[in-house]
Amino acid sequence: MFEITTPFSDDLVELLRAGDRVVLSGVIYTARDAAHARMAEALRAGEELPFPLAGNVIYYVGPAPAKPGWAVGSAGPTTSGRMDSYTPELLRLGLKGMIGKGARSEEVKAALREYKAVYFAATGGAGALLAKRVVRARVIAYPDLGPEAVHEFVVDKLPLTVVNDMYGGDLYLDGRRRYARQR
Amino acid sequence: MEANYELATGMGEAIKKSIEAEESPVGREVLAELVANSELALTESVPICQDTGLAVVYLELGQDVHVVDGDLYLAIDEGVRQGYQEGYLRKSVVSDPLLRQNTGDNTPAFIRVQIVPGDKLRIHLLPKGGGSENVSRLAMLKPAQGVAGVKDFVLSTVDKAGGNACPPYVVGVGIGGTFDECAFLAKRALMRPVGSPSPRPHLAELEQELLASINDLGIGPQGYGGRVTALAVHIEASPTHIACLPVAVNLSCHALRHKMREI
Repeated sequence: MFEITTPFSDDLVELLRAGDRVVLSGVIYTARDAAHARMAEALRAGEELPFPLAGNVIYYVGPAPAKPGWAVGSAGPTTSGRMDSYTPELLRLGLKGMIGKGARSEEVKAALREYKAVYFAATGGAGALLAKRVVRARVIAYPDLGPEAVHEFVVDKLPLTVVNDMYGGDLYLDGRRRYARQR
Repeated sequence: MEANYELATGMGEAIKKSIEAEESPVGREVLAELVANSELALTESVPICQDTGLAVVYLELGQDVHVVDGDLYLAIDEGVRQGYQEGYLRKSVVSDPLLRQNTGDNTPAFIRVQIVPGDKLRIHLLPKGGGSENVSRLAMLKPAQGVAGVKDFVLSTVDKAGGNACPPYVVGVGIGGTFDECAFLAKRALMRPVGSPSPRPHLAELEQELLASINDLGIGPQGYGGRVTALAVHIEASPTHIACLPVAVNLSCHALRHKMREI
């Protein structure tokens, strides 16, 4: 079990392997379909992004509204594959990690190798448990997108699993190979 | 609101039971997390999953029931509006599939009405998440492909879904009917108590066979590899055309939510 904090450098990425369990603390940024589209637009227009990419981590989540006493409502990952077309460019600009669920494209996996970054999965559908690890949350960009706005989360020991490492390791492929049975 | 805080009938028990069957240590950890998550959601009255879904509403309207004082569809939308607001549920509806403006209150509901004998109104609510809708599929097979074709299609649908749609799944299968009827059969199959067998013996047998084959795929909880890929397969079938063999697969993630009230 690794305990890691954001932002992080290549040295940490080099230590992580597909299948490792990790707890992550620090600041992370949320973005899903609509926020990625806006950020791509901003980059095309030569504008600044709502948060610094270098060394940072994006969480693919559109949280439910917070009840009184909670920093955020249920906040589990959404399916990462929908963000694949935007990801290589963000990795090129220094993004070091992503949190989501589900398989990534070959292009994303190649970019993880090229730019030294890592893809984590959080347990999909465990939205209430994961929300408990979010200490503070605030919207920092695109408030008109509602749940799809960019939030800054401060998290404490968010439980994650490394799915794709910078060496080409892929937990989804390895795990399935291990347990598949031919009839 | 409650429908989003609590798993469907039989689902919690099915997840708990599956921990014993799971051989992968990470898989067992994930299943235990899911149990803890659903217990937390229920005691704290928060949604199990942030994707609190489209409000899929299925009405079995007794033919002797007369709905008075206003528009039934608007009344349902008003209920959805209030429930999603007061219940701290996420608003996940865009008004146009291409323009993609969030409606802000999770309306409209997706309503299907069936007239049935009697003087009761049964209201089913199935909050349906987007991830597992996205990997659902329909095919118009040739009758000659028969049961083998159906099995191949169901298996390949789950195979392609892999870990993307939050396994362990409940697999709703519709066979027969028309193109549109078939998709609805698959959705209605998800409203059965989890693991309850089809009353028709040949379908109940097919459900068991498909469940075993799906669990041989090795996808496992969250797709990390393991024995437990699906908890149940439910099949609903309907008469169809002599030239047709429609089959539809509607997947549900492990956060299967369904409530039914009869008035």
